[in-house]
Amino acid sequence: MVRLLRHLGIDVEVPEGQTCCGQPAYNSGQPEEAQSMAEHTLKVFADAEYVVLPSGSCAGMMRCFYPGLVGSDLRVASLVERTYELSQFLRTVLEVDSLGSGLQGRRVAYHHGCHALRELGVKDEPVALLAGCGAEVVPWEADEECCGFGGLFSAKLPEASAAMADRKIDTLPDVDFVTSADGGCLLQLTGRAQKRGTGTAFVHLASALWRGVAE
Amino acid sequence: MSFSGPTNYRRESAKAIRDKPEVRDSVTAATRTFDAHRVHAWGQIDADRWRDWARDVKTHVLTHLDQYLEQAERQLTSNGTRVHWAESADDALTILGEIVREDGVESAVKAKSMLSEELGVNRHLEGLGVHVRETDLGEYIIQLLDEPPSHIVGPAIHRSVDDCRKLFHERLGTPLDADPDELADAARDALRAEFLAADLGISGGNFLAADSGTIALIENEGNIRLSTSLPRVHVAFVGIEKLVPRLEDVSAFLQLTSRAATGQPIGNFVSLIQGPRRSDEVDGPEEVHVVLVDNGRTRLLADEAAWEALRCVRCGACLNICPVYRQTGGHPYGWTYSGPIGAIIAPGMLGLEEALPLPHASSLCGACVDVCPVRIPIPELLVHWREKAVEQGLTPKVETVGLKAYTKMAQRPGLFSAAGAVLRHVPLGLGGRALPVLGGWMQERSAPKSSPKSFLQMWKEGIE
Repeated sequence: MVRLLRHLGIDVEVPEGQTCCGQPAYNSGQPEEAQSMAEHTLKVFADAEYVVLPSGSCAGMMRCFYPGLVGSDLRVASLVERTYELSQFLRTVLEVDSLGSGLQGRRVAYHHGCHALRELGVKDEPVALLAGCGAEVVPWEADEECCGFGGLFSAKLPEASAAMADRKIDTLPDVDFVTSADGGCLLQLTGRAQKRGTGTAFVHLASALWRGVAE
Repeated sequence: MSFSGPTNYRRESAKAIRDKPEVRDSVTAATRTFDAHRVHAWGQIDADRWRDWARDVKTHVLTHLDQYLEQAERQLTSNGTRVHWAESADDALTILGEIVREDGVESAVKAKSMLSEELGVNRHLEGLGVHVRETDLGEYIIQLLDEPPSHIVGPAIHRSVDDCRKLFHERLGTPLDADPDELADAARDALRAEFLAADLGISGGNFLAADSGTIALIENEGNIRLSTSLPRVHVAFVGIEKLVPRLEDVSAFLQLTSRAATGQPIGNFVSLIQGPRRSDEVDGPEEVHVVLVDNGRTRLLADEAAWEALRCVRCGACLNICPVYRQTGGHPYGWTYSGPIGAIIAPGMLGLEEALPLPHASSLCGACVDVCPVRIPIPELLVHWREKAVEQGLTPKVETVGLKAYTKMAQRPGLFSAAGAVLRHVPLGLGGRALPVLGGWMQERSAPKSSPKSFLQMWKEGIE
């Protein structure tokens, strides 16, 4: 993502103080803990012009749930306005159509992470960017279904979680790789596919788009 | 066979996934079809506006419930309907028992009613020596199999056509290769005799219009019409949350519910019942009883957030879209209402301690909130119950203490990255299974391969 953004002329900073957005605590029913993490995150990114995340889930947490957790003061409103998931940033802020032609001839399946899709309303952006690099984004009947990660859900109810990943894997069309804007989903799908020995390649959207530029 | 209770959710869901892969196939196929029909049916109307309206009407009723209940009682009574109040399932069953005794009931036919499942009506009637027959095709199938419903709208959703062929072959003598129409015909023939013989018809109520005391029922098979009009006594069990202010509200609610449930513009049959047979009418029951049931509903209503779940019209749309529900069907949830809606009403109606696994039976993917016709904020309410569980000390210590420690670290970036560096060198493949949280993860997945360096290390060294 750093390479990709620099390639587009963006001055990238990575504040060393950053840690976690607080979503695990929030989803587990511990709002006070989530609130402290939100406060921390607010401080760390106070000076950034934009905050770009390679994770729809964390971006969704910050944009949709920080106001409820911390209150709707100016600091929060400002962070919400400045926070973007990567593909959303590339399309809506930078208005990127094509990054290159490095994915020409590649067949790609796109997994819509739940929070990018339903909380942020990011749906066409990643697909357009992949297609803009020449990739053929292949229709996949389960592309909008949850992969079964769900943070602690995958550890608390591992059998149901794995069955959900299986549904994704079993319906995959023949592709060169699967990509998504969420590390959690990719961790889940990769772990399950490896356990089953399916040999499917999973690549983060940032890496896929960088291939689109570089190859 | 009855439900084993929500506390066994993990064990039961794991068992269903392991031992009954065919259930997952049946449920996934059927729910995907239901949902595709919903999408189509919502595309034909201004669904967002309908849903806003339905949410607002239901919210209005729930915030003025006492007034509407009193009005409904007055109207029902003036229609000649006898009104009973049941605070608990036991109360409801006692009332039913008295009606059975007073009216000399020997056999009953039942229209599909989730509330009657919640109350345990069949078992109670059998205990009183009353022959009871489910007349909805899906309910008939599971009654013959002695199974509880697996879905709010399609109770036999976990069963394939082949299962039904075998069952009907054994019980009704149909050929083993009978097509679905032949199976339905056989059920119709068997049920016809039951309808004609029954003294009592039992139904639920999709809606109860307070202004006119009208019980509104929606269905596809005509069995509700028969159950509520052929026997001499009709008893309708109606949850107190089923009220709507006016008869004219019912029209839109019936359509929205049908569109959400099965994608039909409206069910094949709508029954609007306003009391027993009148002197100038040729059919209808001699007696109509409405049992207004609480059974945990006022407790749910008292919750500052979860009361919104009482808007539910039992369309099953949230089950149909739920990726967790699709893996197992409804049985592992351990009680009448499964899926996302079951998980948010169970803690209020049964008590949080008993229902606790269910609010965790969700990845919080949020698909349900987009399909709810009355806009219940389901994911928010799942988190709400998780929060209450932490407050009440019902969550495992390893989880709450673990997250507290994690929070402390997350506010000290140095410590956070140091911990990351340590974890990066733990061979998860070997030791992971023993860790409290990672044990379940490692059971179903391969260990992720850690990058030798963290992103922050790479950043400090310079990314080219």
